[in-house]
Amino acid sequence: MSGRNPTDLRDPGSFDHAGRDHGANHFVTGQVLAELGEKDGRVVACAADLKYVTGIADFEDRFPDRTFQFGISERTMFGAAAGMAASGLRPYVATFASFAGLLAFENVRTDIAYPGLPVRILATHAGVSMGFFGTSHHATEDLAAMCSVAGLRVMSVSDSESCRRIMHATADDAGPVYIRLSRGADQPIYPPGSLPDSYGSGVPHVVREGSDITVFATGIMVRSALDAAEALAQDGISVHVVDVYQLKPLDSAAIAENLARNPVAVTVEEHNLIGGLGSRIAEVAASMPYRGRMYKHGLADEFAIIGPPTHLLEYYGLDGMGVSAVIRRAIADERSEGLSLLPLWTDQDKRAVLDAKSTKSASGTGAGS
Amino acid sequence: MTTQHAEADQPYPYSVAEIQEKSIATRRAVISEIAVAGSGHYGSVFSAVEIFTSLYYGFLRIRPEEPNWGDRDRLVLSKGHACSGIYPILADLGYFPAAYLETFTRLGSRLGDHPDMRKVPGFDFSAGSLGHGLAIGAGIAEAQRLRGSASRTVVIMGDGEQNEGQIWEAGAYAGARRLGNMLGIIDVNQVSVDGPTKEVLDMQPLGDKWRAFGWLVEEVNGHDIAALLAAYGRYDARRAISGAPPTMLIANTVSGKGVSFIEGMAEWHVGYLHGLDVERALRDIDSMFEVSK
Repeated sequence: MSGRNPTDLRDPGSFDHAGRDHGANHFVTGQVLAELGEKDGRVVACAADLKYVTGIADFEDRFPDRTFQFGISERTMFGAAAGMAASGLRPYVATFASFAGLLAFENVRTDIAYPGLPVRILATHAGVSMGFFGTSHHATEDLAAMCSVAGLRVMSVSDSESCRRIMHATADDAGPVYIRLSRGADQPIYPPGSLPDSYGSGVPHVVREGSDITVFATGIMVRSALDAAEALAQDGISVHVVDVYQLKPLDSAAIAENLARNPVAVTVEEHNLIGGLGSRIAEVAASMPYRGRMYKHGLADEFAIIGPPTHLLEYYGLDGMGVSAVIRRAIADERSEGLSLLPLWTDQDKRAVLDAKSTKSASGTGAGS
Repeated sequence: MTTQHAEADQPYPYSVAEIQEKSIATRRAVISEIAVAGSGHYGSVFSAVEIFTSLYYGFLRIRPEEPNWGDRDRLVLSKGHACSGIYPILADLGYFPAAYLETFTRLGSRLGDHPDMRKVPGFDFSAGSLGHGLAIGAGIAEAQRLRGSASRTVVIMGDGEQNEGQIWEAGAYAGARRLGNMLGIIDVNQVSVDGPTKEVLDMQPLGDKWRAFGWLVEEVNGHDIAALLAAYGRYDARRAISGAPPTMLIANTVSGKGVSFIEGMAEWHVGYLHGLDVERALRDIDSMFEVSK
């Protein structure tokens, strides 16, 4: 990370404990972009007053002439990137997912996807990772919006190694790509070099084999699903974890195969339950002779409450503890056969987290874990 | 790696009188297109015809036989609803067969009432949603500057379109970045869908606004071919100077220009001429340059 960084959300004194863990899992977007820029002179980067927190500053250090600063005018940045791509460049456009996927939605759709231009959108701080910045800065609708845009490839990064692989795998795409990222303060999943060559190609990645239940997760929810799987293994529950890092086009055959492996499936996403990962997987289940039970877990058509990001994940049952509880209930749920719409994370669960967390300050001993 | 343009890349150096003839032919072709569609944007196409013909026949360096030539001048039609006025010109220049015009808006046609760059050879960018073109043009201009190309980027907007916030974002950007390879043109025909632009949402004084955004502003009669060509020439001379700002040409025009009973009427933003009205319109159009000839 280069230069003055007044808005680095990972700075000490920032809004959550995990975010202070410097170096644990830096954003690698800018570094990977610089690698791509070394190989391909057409690669340029665009920022809209968020070059540090999105990692673009790292690219700018290496290629100042190929970095464009638009100020706080995201729609213009997306439009200009379309113009650059139409003139032979390969622009990478970075901003928060709430702005990339929502504020600039029409520019993504009309300026970039409609002409099929090779613009790569780095949409950072997705889901509720902006924590107490509130709903304006959360992106829990972006996957639904982006997946509905024809011709747009939609990727979801689960950690820094995943980011590196996905950015390389999409570098030569002839069309546009939306790459959803969290805030770079998350626990790593994949050791460098550990991922198979197929990662990034669109084939969902089986992180862990299991014989009781299949969990489809995307983004940093892969970490939560793995934490849950590890905890449940001690109780003899075998969880099959799939990293769905590409939501569109979706490898339906591979999804169907993973659905069919176990009698129960759960999807886990830091997104509204409508239109995101759960919906994508349900579309596959609905178009195959699926005999199992499937549950969607995420935000149940609601705007998130205020709180530090890690606390919000706990509140919505999206950390390892919450996901393991949801998995247990999914396995135990015999009330329905086939597709289930029953919520496995209830208001009562949320209330319990709220009671435990709400009075503790960020500097207090119990914060952030 | 700066590229120089040969004279040959401006393949149609027409005289003012010839460009006037092209303007008449273009309006006639638009009436034929709209006859196919049964509805069209007469007002905002006819206000812009001289802007289109003066650019294509008198200014732009393009190669119709090589539509994707990297160093060509770009034209971004931000007021995309006027594209039916550019289609006949592109056909005339040889980008596609004139027969395409007869399919205008019909099922499966390449030619819609807003342009699709993937379907229309010679159209540099898709359009239709207002307020987008200036940002796209700024991106093209940045790319061409980075490539060291002498290519120029022209963006044509409407005056109603000046209501769109993104125009001003992009204007601020291009001004601050001194994108001197950009030429903006505002077709000030004073009419938008709901009525006169002055009544819908008055954006005047436009010149002061654009000057304040870092652009060099000129006003011109948007139906005077010689005046338009002279303004392009002055822009081109400035452009050669390092650090030159972008230029905004405020072209004062008349909505529906050339057809007496349409001129200046918001009711004709979208409409359909038929029967005897077509004959009256064609008579008006054929005689529109008689005074100046």
